Amino acid sequence: MYFMKNWYKKNSIAIAPYIFIAPNVLLFLIFMIIPIIFTFYISFHDWGILGAPVFIGFQNFVKLFSDKVFWTSLGNTVYYTAATVPLSAAFGLLGAILLNRKIPLRPIFRTIFFAPVVVSMTAAGLIWTWMFNPHYGLFNEILSYFGIGSVDWLTSTTWAMPAIIITTLWLRIGYCLVIYLAGLQAVPDSLYEAADMDGANDWQKFWRITLPMIKPTTVFIIVMEVIHGFMVFDLIYTMTNGGPGFSTTVIVQYIYQKAFVEGDMGYASAIGTVFFLIIMVLTAIQLRIGRDDS
Amino acid sequence: MKSTATPISHEEHPETNPTRNFRNITSMQPKRRRKRSFTVKQTVAFIALCFMALLFIMPFFWMLSTSLKSPEEVSSKNVTLFPEELRWSNFIDALDAAPFLGYIGNSLIVSILAVALTVFINCLAGYAFAKYSFKGRNFLFLMVLSTLMIPVQITMVPNFFILKELDWINSYAGLIVPRAAEAFGLFLARQYILNIPNSLIEAARIDGASEFKIFTKVILPNIKPLIAVLVIFTFMWRWNELAWPLIVVSENSMYTVQLGLAMVKGEHYIEWTQIMPLTLLSIIPILLVFLFFQRYFIQGFVGSGMKE
Repeated sequence: MYFMKNWYKKNSIAIAPYIFIAPNVLLFLIFMIIPIIFTFYISFHDWGILGAPVFIGFQNFVKLFSDKVFWTSLGNTVYYTAATVPLSAAFGLLGAILLNRKIPLRPIFRTIFFAPVVVSMTAAGLIWTWMFNPHYGLFNEILSYFGIGSVDWLTSTTWAMPAIIITTLWLRIGYCLVIYLAGLQAVPDSLYEAADMDGANDWQKFWRITLPMIKPTTVFIIVMEVIHGFMVFDLIYTMTNGGPGFSTTVIVQYIYQKAFVEGDMGYASAIGTVFFLIIMVLTAIQLRIGRDDS
Repeated sequence: MKSTATPISHEEHPETNPTRNFRNITSMQPKRRRKRSFTVKQTVAFIALCFMALLFIMPFFWMLSTSLKSPEEVSSKNVTLFPEELRWSNFIDALDAAPFLGYIGNSLIVSILAVALTVFINCLAGYAFAKYSFKGRNFLFLMVLSTLMIPVQITMVPNFFILKELDWINSYAGLIVPRAAEAFGLFLARQYILNIPNSLIEAARIDGASEFKIFTKVILPNIKPLIAVLVIFTFMWRWNELAWPLIVVSENSMYTVQLGLAMVKGEHYIEWTQIMPLTLLSIIPILLVFLFFQRYFIQGFVGSGMKE
């Protein structure tokens, strides 16, 4: 006992960090890394709710490639991400530029724009489902003031996804705005003063100074929002559950549907595996962009 | 603006004050000051911001307004902005329709215990990753970070069986422990602790402090703003989470707030004048935390962006 204590004391600098990271690393290992590997393994099996997994080789993947819903859900994921990322970044930047000056009520504005960021997607989904109600909702009512007729938002295969995108903008613009505000405040005044002396107008200053100077912020926001877009689940689960038809089904929700509603664990794992590979490719691209940038 | 003041002053080490990083970037003062008083541009910006703010408040207002309307008013052809009369009894009706106070209790237990566990192990690991050099450090850190991109749904099937094996289905342990290792929190902790001067740690070591004592006596007192950020974020993550409880919980008595909300919508007997009060109740705790600790929320979000 004494020797052990002595030995630890002598080597504590070498051992302590492993003890410190142990809880975290163990939890990651058990609930993240091992499950990912296990997902790969299950994806080669036929596994229903009952019974043992049966090895079927690549059959799940073959089925996947001819599964129209899979391609639809992949398309919807891309649609959702491609719409929400640039729009929330652009509106966030616009708001940040408007706020980045001496203006009355500035902290109140910032609080208002940021507040939806802390609201859960489930709650936001419910509020906006009710906002988008075609008969009793506020959204159509507001549109009618502008002479736009009633739209069946969440029950229309065309308009359900735009409705979810609008909800996402409400949730995410504040986040982009706050990050952009910090980015804008880091741009040195001297650049604008020099531009003033050269007689540049606001438009030129925005394109020539602001936008290039905040490029790292933009890259960061795009990375964060793409992660967000690819993982969206709660919002769709509460608002449409993928419907009508499969018009708002996204990949993560399709995985959930297959595994826990239909009980097809093997097939769900195959979708998970393919999606994992897509995410890895995406991460590699983002790392490359990030490296080129810095 | 008052909020530029840091919560904890580091008089002893002003030049290496780690709170500075956060303070500067969240400063409320606009950096560019115009000498002219109130220009046309400012007026235009102000009006645009008012319009934008109105759009952002609208859904909150609509939720509140619906919460206080009668079911008849809600389902009438005329959409009204303000309730004809304030029907506070909606809240009682809503709580009768679903055992929502129990869900709130579950969520509070889960969120508070998760905060304690997550903040402690993230700070501990963040310290190790920031201030020790050991074999496998970069590999392990990258491994942890790479999980940031992985949605719960990919690991959902195996996790369900692991939870079953551990007998953690429908338990607080199942809701709390597997999600305690937060990649984002660990990342934030490491970034922040990197700024603490090594001399502080070395001095304590020369005084004969054990490694764990250095963590509790030197590191912890110097990372209070980080701890505040982590506490608030972990609370928000756990309070708002839906996908994980969806896997872990099937018994109604173990429902969290978000699960309760998600399930309530599917029920046919429930009215929007009951759903909106429940939604409001679910948002109030996190909104209060946000309003009181807004600075930390923004510090956390912005601080995480300064990684490169």
